[in-house]
Amino acid sequence: MTGATKLLLIAFSMIFTENYVLVQFIAICPFLGVSKKFDSSVGMSGAVIFVMTLASAVTWLIYNFIMVPLHIEYLSTIIFILVIAALVQFVEIVLKKFLKPLYNSLGIYLPLITTNCAVLAVTLLNISNTYNFLESVIDGLTAGVGFGLAMILFCGVRKAIERAKPPKCFEGLPITLVAAALTSMTFMGFTGIADALFK
Amino acid sequence: MKKSKWQIFTNGIFKENPVLILLLGCCSVLAISVTVQGALGMGAALTFVLVGSNVVISLLRKIIPDKVRIPCFIVVIATFVTLVEMITEAFLPDLYSSLGIFLALIVVNCIVLGRAEMFASKNSVGDSFLDGLGMGIGYTVVICAIAVVRELFASGTIYGLRIIPEGYQIGIIGQTPGGFLLFGVAMAVLIYALGKKGKKFDPRIGCDGSCGNCNLGCENRIQDIKKEEETEVEK
Repeated sequence: MTGATKLLLIAFSMIFTENYVLVQFIAICPFLGVSKKFDSSVGMSGAVIFVMTLASAVTWLIYNFIMVPLHIEYLSTIIFILVIAALVQFVEIVLKKFLKPLYNSLGIYLPLITTNCAVLAVTLLNISNTYNFLESVIDGLTAGVGFGLAMILFCGVRKAIERAKPPKCFEGLPITLVAAALTSMTFMGFTGIADALFK
Repeated sequence: MKKSKWQIFTNGIFKENPVLILLLGCCSVLAISVTVQGALGMGAALTFVLVGSNVVISLLRKIIPDKVRIPCFIVVIATFVTLVEMITEAFLPDLYSSLGIFLALIVVNCIVLGRAEMFASKNSVGDSFLDGLGMGIGYTVVICAIAVVRELFASGTIYGLRIIPEGYQIGIIGQTPGGFLLFGVAMAVLIYALGKKGKKFDPRIGCDGSCGNCNLGCENRIQDIKKEEETEVEK
């Protein structure tokens, strides 16, 4: 497989066939918590895409240029979560200082991201899949885009639920979870497409 | 009112069950509950991390400065997670490969960090130990209950024992949509059953008040962050 096709395959599978939220069950908490309002879904997705891309790049560099030479690969979980926490703080400070408009739209979501499982998952999976630098960055970016897609789609679904009237015991969370099941069923339709497209 | 030891222990199993009532850490519950074996392994791993981190954080609660407490908690939790990862990889390689990324993701599991912040950083070592154990058992019970149903319908077995003959399985229950669906239906059934008995069962997304580290981003949390920023600006 050539480099470009591999990148396309990563991008396609991260957004559709291997979507973090709807197929792999990663980052369900913000998916259920934030998707109530359209504005916050978009803001959260933007912040996740931004941090995931950066985190993929930074952790790849740290792993391959610091941890591998020192033979401390087994510490990856500890080091990555600390790197992510520091990175989120750093991004927050930089945005506040230099990119005020971007900070105003993403700022409030940044503190929520340190403990977002998707960010830690993408950095660890980049390493276990032995991606190179460019592949890792694309993986982080498109996994974030996939998260955003799921989030915004589900936000629309929830808007429709609000107008529906489910049985009393299903009101609130249970019907939301059932709707999530139906949303994720649509993503099952993509299974197998990636293999056929990029063989 | 001071709680008795027994109350602290059972709090996590019934009253404040982390998964069903607080909806914390539901990623791993939904993803791992495909087989009972995996669910038991995940429950054991989480309980170990929860008890370990609760005890250590409770021991260190007077030393850790308030401002950097979250990173400190994360380091303690990540240490225990790395321990669990190494132990399962060495002694239970099958379990290790079936849990996959979700073993490492215990680090960011809201239950562990939530208990550290809400309980262990304020209470004695013994109480924190009991709290961790109770919460861990509460998690394990729920994940196993869901796993029994999912394994039965998706592969026709319970803990590897065949119950439904081959060819009569409903594959989708074992996949992602089935996880969401079963969890939602389980919750609705509980609300219905307890409602008939006259008891109230009220699942809320995540809110046990441990806003400081929650990543759910509910309205309260966002208002909180906005307020924090305003006070900072005033300073």
